[in-house]
This record gives sequence, C-alpha cells and structure tokens, in this order.
Amino acid sequence: MEKENVIVTNELTKRFGYFTAVDKISFAVQKGEIFGFIGANGAGKTTAMRMLCGLSLPTSGTATVAGFDVYKQNEQIKKNIGYMSQKFSLYEDLTIRENIRFYAGIYGLEDRRIREKTALLLQQLHMEDQQGTLVRALPLGWKQKLAFSIAIVHDPAIVFLDEPTGGVDPITRREFWSLIYEAAARGITIFVTTHYMDEAEYCDRVSIMVDGRIDALDKPASLMQQYNSASMDGVFLQLARKATRTEDLIE
Amino acid sequence: MKAITAENIVKSYPAKKTAVYALNNVSFAVDQGEIFGLIGPDGAGKTSLFRILTTLLLADTGKATVDGFDVINDYQNIRNRIGYMPGRFSLYQDLSVQENLEFFATIFNTSIQENYALIKEIYEQIEPFKTRRAGQLSGGMKQKLALCCALIHKPSVLFLDEPTTGVDAVSRKEFWEMLYRLKAQGITIMVATPYMDEAGRCDRVALIQKGKLLSVDTPNGITGAFNKPLWSVSANNMFGLMNDLKKDPAVESCFPFGQVHHVVFKGRENGRAKLDEIVGRGNYNQVTIKAIKPNIEDCFMALMRE
Repeated sequence: MEKENVIVTNELTKRFGYFTAVDKISFAVQKGEIFGFIGANGAGKTTAMRMLCGLSLPTSGTATVAGFDVYKQNEQIKKNIGYMSQKFSLYEDLTIRENIRFYAGIYGLEDRRIREKTALLLQQLHMEDQQGTLVRALPLGWKQKLAFSIAIVHDPAIVFLDEPTGGVDPITRREFWSLIYEAAARGITIFVTTHYMDEAEYCDRVSIMVDGRIDALDKPASLMQQYNSASMDGVFLQLARKATRTEDLIE
Repeated sequence: MKAITAENIVKSYPAKKTAVYALNNVSFAVDQGEIFGLIGPDGAGKTSLFRILTTLLLADTGKATVDGFDVINDYQNIRNRIGYMPGRFSLYQDLSVQENLEFFATIFNTSIQENYALIKEIYEQIEPFKTRRAGQLSGGMKQKLALCCALIHKPSVLFLDEPTTGVDAVSRKEFWEMLYRLKAQGITIMVATPYMDEAGRCDRVALIQKGKLLSVDTPNGITGAFNKPLWSVSANNMFGLMNDLKKDPAVESCFPFGQVHHVVFKGRENGRAKLDEIVGRGNYNQVTIKAIKPNIEDCFMALMRE
C-alpha cells in the first residue's frame, strides 16, 4: 500500500540575487519516515529547511508540507511541524516543567491536555524527580532529549531536527536516536540533518545535497552499494568532493 | 622536556550549595611534536583544561607546564610561545582578514612576512577575501583565518579547542591534513574534539568525561585494551533485534552503530552461542553476525559505563 506523503517538493528553488542557493530540488517524504538531509556546509540545507518550515518564500517551484502550500499557507505549516536545533532549544532560566508548559501553551494545547502531556513526558524521560530543576543546570544530553520531546509535544505531522546531537556523548546520542525511532513509530515524520555519518545510516532514506542540488537520494544500504562504499562516510566524501561551489559565496 | 605536563589538576566552579568539578584530578604529559587529542562530549571539561594550560584560568590545585614553563609563575613566557584557537570565533569581526592577521603579528612583535612560510598554504585559501571583514566570512573561512592568526608568531605548542565542531566531513578531513603539515614543522598540537572518529588521526589521545580522564594512550593502545569479544549483528528488523538483545540478562551492552548493532556479553562469556540463541528465538531473517575489532567509540562507551 502506498503511504501518504507529508512533504512533496517539485523543482523547489531559492535564489539570492544571482546566487542559486537551492537548485530545483524534487523529492517526497512519507508519513512516519526518518529522512536524513545531508550535505556539506554551504550546500543549501539550511535554506531548503527554512522554506519547508514556512520561514522563507521559494523563488520558484512548488512544495507542500503536511498538506499545506509553502507559498500561501506558511502559518498552518508552522502549527503542524516541530523544530529543534542544537543551538536553539529551551529556555535555560525556566524549569523542566515550565519549559514543557510554555511550549505546549504556545502550540495552543488545552490546559487539561497540557497537564496530561506534562505528566506523560516527565515519566517517559524519567525526569519526574527533576521537574523543578532549571534547564540551565541539566547536562547537555538531558537538554537535548527534553528539547526533542518538547518539539513534538503538540503531535506535529513532521519534526525538523537540525544537527540535534552535536557535542553529545556517544551513549546519550544513541538514547536520542531511540526517541527518534519511537516518535517515527507513532507516525511522526522525522526530517533530520547531521554531521555524524553513522547517524545517516539510521535513517530510512538519505538525501545528499551538493551545490544546491540533491545529487543522491535512496536507502543508506542502496547508496553504499551504488557508491561501492562500506559506510555512508565514504558515500558522502565521494559526492561532496564534486562540489564546485566555494562555501564562501553563500553566507 | 615534555611539551605539556599536567599533574593532579583540579578545577571546580561554585554551584548553589556545592561545587561542580570541571576537572577532577587530571594528569597527563604530551611529547614534543605530538598531535595529542582530547576527546569527550560537551561539558566534559575540555575547555577548562585548555584555559588552564593557556594561562587564562587558574586551577584550584595541581601543577602544569607548557614548553617547560610553569602556568602560574612563567605565564608570560607561555603566552609568547603558544598559539590558541578557542572554540568560539574570537577574532575582531570588524577588522578585515588582512588587518586581523597584521594585528596578531604586531602583538607578538613579528610580521606576516617573517613566518609566512608557516601559514602560506592556509592563507592562500582565504587571500582572495583579504579585504573582507572577518565577521562576513563563512564558517570554514573564519576557521582558516583563526588558525593563521594562532600561527603567525610561530608557536611551539598549538592549542585548538574543537576546531572541527559543526564542520562537515570533507572540511574536517582537509583541516586534519593542515594539522599534519604543521606537525611536520615540529609544532606540538593539542586538539579537542567531540568526534570520536577523529581519535585515530592523533598520535595519542586522552578520553575525558565528567572532568576525569578515562584513558590516555595511542588510539591502538586504547582499542587494544578492550578485552572482551565484540560482535557486530544485523537482521531484517533492527529495532526488534535491539530490544531482544537488551532484554537478555547475559548481554552487557548493545549499541547501534549505523547499519549494525555492537554487542558485548557479561563476564567472560564469548557470547557466540548465546547470540545465535537470541537471534534464533526472534525468527529474524537476513541475519549477519561477525566478530569485530572495537573502535574508539566502543571503548569510550565501555569506559563510561565502568
């Protein structure tokens, strides 16, 4: 049975002046899929993600996210997605419980639902005893796990994760990925960028951007076979070396 | 003479009622001309250690020397002979590329010409943008400029705090190639990184977690000390397989590594027979089981659990 697509893009393009940051990318992501979005610094990942999150208008092409059009319905898109990055996640001077309450409120959950969600989330994260602790005092790994759970507190169709595990210790990094698997199993689509190539292998499918284009898109195992490499690292190096764009033109 | 020594370094920061130990009795030594990696996650104490060795922060207790000089009594000598690239970009954003470089050369009583050979290969890559303000550069270019500025006075010891964090795999590889060329010129390099796969690129590494060194050795020495059989397992349903393995009381640890799981058994058990049994019980297809050599990440996680 065909699964429904939650992201569909067709020749999606973004130009800044004469510079084409994202160059006619076309792809579809299915419901519940873990979709890896990989590329060198400056390949156009961030620009593409900003368009999909409804934060930046495309120059041309089409895209729908959770069924909404990126040109006309960006407010609906924002309500139906979650977003988490390494840099921006939580309010350091609020407690764990307050952060959950705050984000759940922002996403318009009803009070009763907020109470239920808070209890459930604290229990899942084994943070019941620490719920009154300021987020500032938490180890980075805890913060990232909490930030992820909060990013999906409103049960969005899709969650965008921008390098969610940077700097996290190897055990916590793996615990973080089990949270990702659980969310995907509940039907939440995961759109994730990472510089850890072993994490690219945890994805159902991976796209690799080079110079604004998507130069490869397939299951990790298929890509490794196609590029005759034992790891995604090898695949990535082969593709990224083809880049002609110098990173400096972009920023 | 050792390029760097640290003996029983302790550094704590006051927290509410107690103290948080950023460094808890850290000792090691770095030979001249070595690339020495400090490997650990955020919050492990890497930056505190760098700041103590670069004379920017005082340890609570313990002794340290850099290039033979004491970090407290001879701090001025140390400052003259080290290069330090902090984790956060710390050049002058509103000076141009060239102005930043000239500024750092002048501070150290030298000129760009005098040590140009040392930075030539790196500087040539940013030279097309030499009139651009540092704040307008991309991440990769900023990193190269910062490295040039840290090298312009021909330091004997170079401290690099997470130079490759957030940098893609291709640029990381290029950065390490630059470090090898510097090592070839006799510069000692101490480099911090959260990427375990970079350990293999160092002559020796210290694994650090929660302010304590877990191990200090060559990369081969660290992986050689992993004294248990390690299995790589994969099957059609990886998530189910993970749960089945973790549930079994004989399993010490099971961690995902890309397309496979790495499994270690408790005690002295080899585990092969047990592994076949667990996999057989779960009716998995496309099962592959291989005995493998551990990598640094396997070792780091095993040491973390001890």
